[in-house]
Amino acid sequence: MTQRIVIVGGGTGGAVLANRLADRLDLTDGEVEVVVVNDGPDHVYKPTFLYIPFGKRTVEDASQPLVDLLDRRIRLVIDRVTGIDTDGKWLTLADGSTIAYDYLVLATGSKLVPEQVPGLAEGGHHFYDAEGASRLRDALAEFESGHLVLSVIGVPHMCPPAPLEFVFMADEWFRERGRRDDVEITYTYPIQRIHGLAPVAEWAQPRFEERDIHAETFFNPDEVDPEGKVIHTMEGTELSYDLLVAIPPHTGDPMIAEAGLGDDGWVAVDNHTLEATNAEDVYAIGDTADVPTSKAGSVAHYEAGVIADRLLSEIQGRVPTDRYGGKTICFIEGGMDEATFIEFDYERPPVPRPENPFVHWAKLAYNESYWLTARGHM
Amino acid sequence: MSETQIPPDVTVDSRGAGCPGPLMDLIGKIRSAEPGTVFELLTTDSSSKHDVPEWVEKSNHEVLDVVERDGYWSIFVEKH
Repeated sequence: MTQRIVIVGGGTGGAVLANRLADRLDLTDGEVEVVVVNDGPDHVYKPTFLYIPFGKRTVEDASQPLVDLLDRRIRLVIDRVTGIDTDGKWLTLADGSTIAYDYLVLATGSKLVPEQVPGLAEGGHHFYDAEGASRLRDALAEFESGHLVLSVIGVPHMCPPAPLEFVFMADEWFRERGRRDDVEITYTYPIQRIHGLAPVAEWAQPRFEERDIHAETFFNPDEVDPEGKVIHTMEGTELSYDLLVAIPPHTGDPMIAEAGLGDDGWVAVDNHTLEATNAEDVYAIGDTADVPTSKAGSVAHYEAGVIADRLLSEIQGRVPTDRYGGKTICFIEGGMDEATFIEFDYERPPVPRPENPFVHWAKLAYNESYWLTARGHM
Repeated sequence: MSETQIPPDVTVDSRGAGCPGPLMDLIGKIRSAEPGTVFELLTTDSSSKHDVPEWVEKSNHEVLDVVERDGYWSIFVEKH
């Protein structure tokens, strides 16, 4: 009887996992089938979006067809999963069909929901998808003077370093164009420091001061007035802007909460095995998994190795032993041509080193070679 | 620290949370909740004992209790 592994979502987690499984299984002998269900034909590499507002990358650079990245023995289904029956072990698709599974891996990722903050969609920009990043490119190109506000609203959000990267890049971008004296830059953050990780906040703080980037902390917007160009917060404060760039609220796929697998679309899992706590033979990977680390591509990448190993053990009748220890790595741009990176896990906090051009070039080189990761090679 | 019998509506388990961290986890849940919801935040980060009450006070919610348990703290917060 063929055992079917169904992976919902063809982003970083889904694609790397599928390809790792294909690498270690003979998918032609009828023993195991790997299916990836994705709601569109493309695989998107989101770190590209940070570079689009500054004219360094285009939307076309951010995606490639999934069919070109997945091992050809993997069955790719282009459709949206609308329901999960974890007792009967089957999925409902938008076209009305169903697909049964023996093992299910949810890799549905994060959705942007700016509508959770009234006025935000009308009054604010973002760079968290292709359309938003393109619109922001146009707005930045014409922004000669005024108050640029980068506001972190969504908690959690994808790529925790990106808000810092944006203001460091914007600062330098305006300087290169001789406009920095006419642009005031303010960065707002929900808690009492400028980043969730205290070592990263300590690394960034002196750079804010050197570069005249203002910070507003304990700042949680709950309404934007797009006409008056004012942000209002849960704390009762307000801030005027001329150009608002927001990190929007995020949520997970609604069918996950409907299936009783977790709140907000994030699946409740064991932090080390990534198995869902509320269902048998279900795993979650990447943003979808409610684990105590960042919503970051590197997390999905490392988790893929663990889940592949555990699934293979299950299928082959051995006790699974691989565990995810929270390993996360993040590049952090410190401007237009210098970067640093951090590495941490559930036990060890990060130690940011001073930024330098070599790490910046390493980040750009990785962005080019990322497609090898997606293919399961790196 | 007193033992408490407050039954939480929502438990936010941020034990071991590095990024974004326990306070951010709580803020994310409080944002979308109805007023009157009682949260229990579980945290292994000792700075939560002052960070969380500091934000809760600024944003006009209420800390009901802070309880030290075996290896972590429970912070009970009510959304106003």
